[in-house]
Amino acid sequence: MKVKLRHVGKYAAALLVAFSVLAPMGWLFLMSVSAASDLTRVPLEWLPRQWDFTRYGKLLSLEPGQPGVLFLHALGNSLLVATGATIICLLLAIPAAFSFSRYRGRDGWLFASLAIYMVPPVAFVLPLYFLLQQFDLLNTRPGLIIVYCSLILPFLTWMLKNQFDTLPQDIEQAARLDGLRVWQVLLRITLPLAKPVLGAAALFGWLLAWDEFFYALLFTSNIAAQTLPVTIAGFTAGRATDDGLIAAVGILASVPPLFIAIWLQKTLVSGLASGGSKG
Amino acid sequence: MLSLRQREQWQAWVLLAPMLLVMMLLTAWPLLRTIWLSFTDAALIGSGEAPGWIGFENYLFAITDADFRSSLWRTLYFTVVSVAIEGVIGVLVALLLNQKFAGRNVLRVLVILPWALPTIVNAMMWRLNFNPDYGSINALLTQLGIIDGYRSWLGSPDSALNAVMFADIWKNYPLVTLLVLAALQSIPDDLFEAARLDGASAWRRFRAITFPAIVGPLSVALVLRTIDAFKIFDIIYVMTRGGPVDSTKTLSFYVYQESFSYLRAGSGAAYAMLMTLLCAVLITLYMLLLWRQRCKGSAYEG
Repeated sequence: MKVKLRHVGKYAAALLVAFSVLAPMGWLFLMSVSAASDLTRVPLEWLPRQWDFTRYGKLLSLEPGQPGVLFLHALGNSLLVATGATIICLLLAIPAAFSFSRYRGRDGWLFASLAIYMVPPVAFVLPLYFLLQQFDLLNTRPGLIIVYCSLILPFLTWMLKNQFDTLPQDIEQAARLDGLRVWQVLLRITLPLAKPVLGAAALFGWLLAWDEFFYALLFTSNIAAQTLPVTIAGFTAGRATDDGLIAAVGILASVPPLFIAIWLQKTLVSGLASGGSKG
Repeated sequence: MLSLRQREQWQAWVLLAPMLLVMMLLTAWPLLRTIWLSFTDAALIGSGEAPGWIGFENYLFAITDADFRSSLWRTLYFTVVSVAIEGVIGVLVALLLNQKFAGRNVLRVLVILPWALPTIVNAMMWRLNFNPDYGSINALLTQLGIIDGYRSWLGSPDSALNAVMFADIWKNYPLVTLLVLAALQSIPDDLFEAARLDGASAWRRFRAITFPAIVGPLSVALVLRTIDAFKIFDIIYVMTRGGPVDSTKTLSFYVYQESFSYLRAGSGAAYAMLMTLLCAVLITLYMLLLWRQRCKGSAYEG
């Protein structure tokens, strides 16, 4: 009897967790496909009387005057900025992580870079603003790419360093004895061995940039550089916009991170432990 | 001719230099510059004149500023309460996910979803859910008979902060769950089996086996969450913009307004530095935890 009760409790708890996760997201989806009259009906009937997918169509069209112009530009900016920043950071973080992992005695620098990564962005934002202004980089994608390096770089370095630590070093030593240079060892031996995790780490960095809001809000002002989070915040602040449309934008913006997270399940934990949480 | 040791040192620095240089330029330099700004009367959109040095005036003003103090208390309330709740729910869900039941793997994936949802989408989603005229929360609670009529959750100063915290907890407890679950999975089953045979109660087993195994990762998760919660900005910007009547104005939002709405860069920098000093305590704690964990060579650090 007691065992049975335990089972019932377990399944009840599991259902509760599943419901609490899925319900708010499900409602977001229902909003995005309900006609405006169904949305505002009190008492709410939950399922729309009329399924309406036109909002997704509007968002994916570049016709002038449609919200799609805003959305697609923001999507492009987000993709470009996140990808650009991730590539630059990979190029810088790989040698740095290799150095931290293979040459002892510089751990202080590693911890310092991780510590500064946690300092609130408000402590950097004003000088960065003036810096970007001086070089005419406000409201440009390169400007945002540069700033985002400060977020992704320490995180990537830490993750890759931990990864390099777990690789066997005897092959590298043998290669060194055979006369390979340091960079040859890194390129031909260490990197191929670390490849699977390299991809995961890069995707994590990419997610950080995809999610960033504070700098993007302050350093961009129109569709030339505005990223998705800023555009979404702008949609919500607008008075006359249709809430179903905002919901549709949210759904579309969540697709890439949700897929990446499910795909990366296994490596997720080691990344999270090193500070991959997103404010 | 360099000795082997010197050459190794040189190689190490060459590999490291580009990363360190970029970090200096993008973080260390701005930080020093913010400290300098905090002693001046700089404005965001200047008249072209160089900002004047005014010593500790910004700081003196900041610590006597009642608005700043109340936003500090608000931030502490937000941080302590939401992280505590995230800790409790996080551990409970992790314990559940460590049990054997049909559909466990599906649930493990589901729990990742809130964490993966972009912060801004999460904020916007809850803003819609809390909508006073047709939000799902009002509809659900009314239809279940828990409340009499629709309420303006985000529009009233009594409930706005708690509603924002609710959204933040929903999104962030999975972080605790994932880290704790990883630790739970590393406990060998026969340890529990042996304890059970020895007649240890469930509570005793938790105290003696489970808790010691999860305390390390749990503290890492909670400190990380504390640092993030202390900096909270995005979700507030989208859900309430600091309102109504400043009831959700946290420190980050306060600094943001001072610098970018009132354009007072000098005093904004002073507020930012005060906030950074408070945050530095937490960051030091986190670094100590990580350092200790590394010395122990704990397995979960990947």
